[in-house]
Amino acid sequence: MSWASPLLAAAATLLVGFVLFSLLGKSPLEAFHAFFVKPVESLYGVAELLLKASPLMLCATGLAAGYRANVWNIGAEGQLTIGAMCGGGIALALQDFGGAWLLPLMILAGALGGMAWAAIPAWLRTRFNASEILVSLMLVYVASLVLSYLVHGPWRDPEGFNFPQSKMFTDVALLPNLLGETRLNVGLLLALAVIAVGWLFMRRSLVGFQMRVAGLAPAAANYAGISAKRTVWLGMLIGGATAGMAGVGEAAGPIGQLLPSMSPGYGFAAIIVAFVGRLHPLGVLLASLLMSLLYLGGEAAQINLSLPSAVTGLFQGTLLFFLLATDVFIDFRLRFQRRPSRSLSTGRPVTAGEST
Amino acid sequence: MEHFAALIALTLAAGTPLVFASLGELVTEKSGVLNLGVEGMMLVGAVVSFIVAAMTKAPWLGVFAGMVAGATLSLVFAVLTLTLMANQVATGLALSLFGVGLSAFVGLEYVSVVIEGIRPLAIAGWSDLPFFGKLLFAHSPFVYLSLVLFALIEWFLFHTRGGLVLRAVGESPESAHAIGYPVIAIRYLAVLFGGACAGLGGAYLAVAYTPLWTEGMTAGRGWIALALVVFATWKPRRVLAGAYLFGAVTLAQFQAQALGVAVPSQLLSMLPYLATIIVLTIISRDAAMIRLNAPASLGRPFHPEA
Repeated sequence: MSWASPLLAAAATLLVGFVLFSLLGKSPLEAFHAFFVKPVESLYGVAELLLKASPLMLCATGLAAGYRANVWNIGAEGQLTIGAMCGGGIALALQDFGGAWLLPLMILAGALGGMAWAAIPAWLRTRFNASEILVSLMLVYVASLVLSYLVHGPWRDPEGFNFPQSKMFTDVALLPNLLGETRLNVGLLLALAVIAVGWLFMRRSLVGFQMRVAGLAPAAANYAGISAKRTVWLGMLIGGATAGMAGVGEAAGPIGQLLPSMSPGYGFAAIIVAFVGRLHPLGVLLASLLMSLLYLGGEAAQINLSLPSAVTGLFQGTLLFFLLATDVFIDFRLRFQRRPSRSLSTGRPVTAGEST
Repeated sequence: MEHFAALIALTLAAGTPLVFASLGELVTEKSGVLNLGVEGMMLVGAVVSFIVAAMTKAPWLGVFAGMVAGATLSLVFAVLTLTLMANQVATGLALSLFGVGLSAFVGLEYVSVVIEGIRPLAIAGWSDLPFFGKLLFAHSPFVYLSLVLFALIEWFLFHTRGGLVLRAVGESPESAHAIGYPVIAIRYLAVLFGGACAGLGGAYLAVAYTPLWTEGMTAGRGWIALALVVFATWKPRRVLAGAYLFGAVTLAQFQAQALGVAVPSQLLSMLPYLATIIVLTIISRDAAMIRLNAPASLGRPFHPEA
C-alpha cells in the first residue's frame, strides 16, 4: 500500500495548486496546462524534463540508501557543489591534453570529491558523535563559499569580463548529447545506471541488507554484529558519491563551466524525491520526473503566467508535507472514538510506542 | 573604551536572532519534540513581519505577525508529528524546505522595498553616558526583549510547576501521562512557543537588524540555533553564552574586512559555519554528558492510546 501515499500526496498538491492559482487570479485549468502540460508537449520539453531529472535521480538514489539505514545526510547540495568543483577542476587543469579518458576521470574526481565532503560528517559522527544532520547542512554553506572563492579568484576566466565564472570547458570535457537538437546528454544514462546499481546493491547485496536492517531495527543489527559505524560511513559515502557525480553532470552538461552556484537546489529537492520515491530506486526514478516537472513548470509559469518561479519550492515542500500526512492513513488504522474520561483511564497499564 | 563598548553592542545585536530561535527550540526540545524546521520558521517569520511592516508602516505589528506566522508553521509540524505521528526528522526537514520556498514566493515583490525599521533605543540622558551608555542603554529593544525572554524561560523551566511538568513530559511521557498530564497538549504548546520564538528571531532580522528582505536571508541561522541547543546541553544560560559567541564570530568577519586583513571574504564568511561544526563536535564528543542532559524522549513519538 505504501505506493499509494505518493499518489495521494501528488493529488493533494495539485489541489493546493488549484486553489493557489485561483487565489492569484489565474484560471486554474489554464495555469495547470501551462504548468504541467505545456513544458513537455514538445520533444525539446521532454528532453529538458529528463535533463533536470538526472541530477535528482543521482542525488536521491544515494540519499535513499543512507536514509534506509537511518543516516540523515541532508548536505547533498554541498557534496554536489564539491563534486562539480573537483570534476570541473580536472577539466580546467587538463584542457590542453583532452582525450576520451577525460570525462571518466572528471566523473571519478567528482564522485571522490563528493565522498570526501560527505566523509567529514561521517567521521565527526562516528568518532565524535556529532549530528550528521547539522554538520552535513553546515557544509553546504561552506562548499558554496569554497566554489565562490575559486570562481571569483584563482579559477576566474581572465577573458570573462570580470564575471565570476571559469573558462568554458573544452568539447572533450562536455558530456556528449543524446538527442539531436536538445540539451539532453549521456548524464541520463549515468543516472539510470546508478539507479540500477542502487537497486541491486540494496536488494541483492549483503551490505545493502545489513544497511536496511540497521535502519529498521538498530538493536537487532547491533546484536547481529553489524557495525553501526560502518553503516554511517557507507550511508554518507554513497550519498556523497552520487551527489558528486550529479555535480559533474551539471558542470559538464547544461552549464559547461563553473559558476558560483551550480544547482537550483537539486541537493535539497533530492531529499523530497527520496521520500516521495519511498526510498526505493524505482520510486526515485518516478519521483525525479515529477520533481523535474515542477522545476520546468515553475520556469514556464514565470514566462507564461508571470508567476514567480519560486512557486516550485512551494510545491515541493507542500508535496512532502502531504506525503508525510497521508502515510499516517496507510501506516495506521484510525479509529474515531470519544475520549475515555480521566477517572477511567487511571490505573490502566500504559504502554507507548508506535503501533504499525 | 568607547570602541570596546561598541563591539559588545554589535556582538549582542548579531547574537540576538540566535537567542530567540535557540531558546524557543530549547523549550520545544525540553518537551521531547525535535523540530528541525527552525530555518523555515525563521524565514517565514522574517518575510511576514517585513511585509506587514511595509504595508502598515507599523514595524511592531509586523513583529507580532512574524511571531504568529512562525507559530502557524509550527502548528503544521505539530499536527503532523503529534497527532498524525509522522517522523519528526522528516517532518522538520519538510518544514524547513517548505519555509524556504514559501518565504521566497511570498516575499518576491518586497526584495528591494525599503522600510523604516525598529532602531536601537536612545534613552535620553542614559545612552549618552560615557562607556556605560553604549554598553547598557543603547541597544535595540529586541536585545532587551531577548534577555527578558531568557529570564522568563529560565524561571519557568526550573522554578515553576509548569516547567517541571514540561520537563517531565520530555523525560518520560509515559509517566507524565500515567499521572494524568495531557502530554500531547503540552507538547503542542511547546512546539507553538518554539515556532513563535523562531518567527520572532526572523522578524528581528527583517525589521530591525538589517532591515530588509532578501531570499534566504537567515543564511543558516536556524540550523545554527539547533546546534546551539546541543552545544548548550539544553541549558538556557549556555544558550545565551553560545549565541553571543556566534555573534562575535559573525562580527569577526566584518571587523577583519574593515581592518583590511588580506584574507578572501569567502573564507571569513565560512567562520560561523565552521565554528558551528567545531563547537558541535567538541560538545558531542562526550556522549555520556549528552545522554545525561538531553531530554530522554527527544524525537521519540508518543501516543497516549497506544
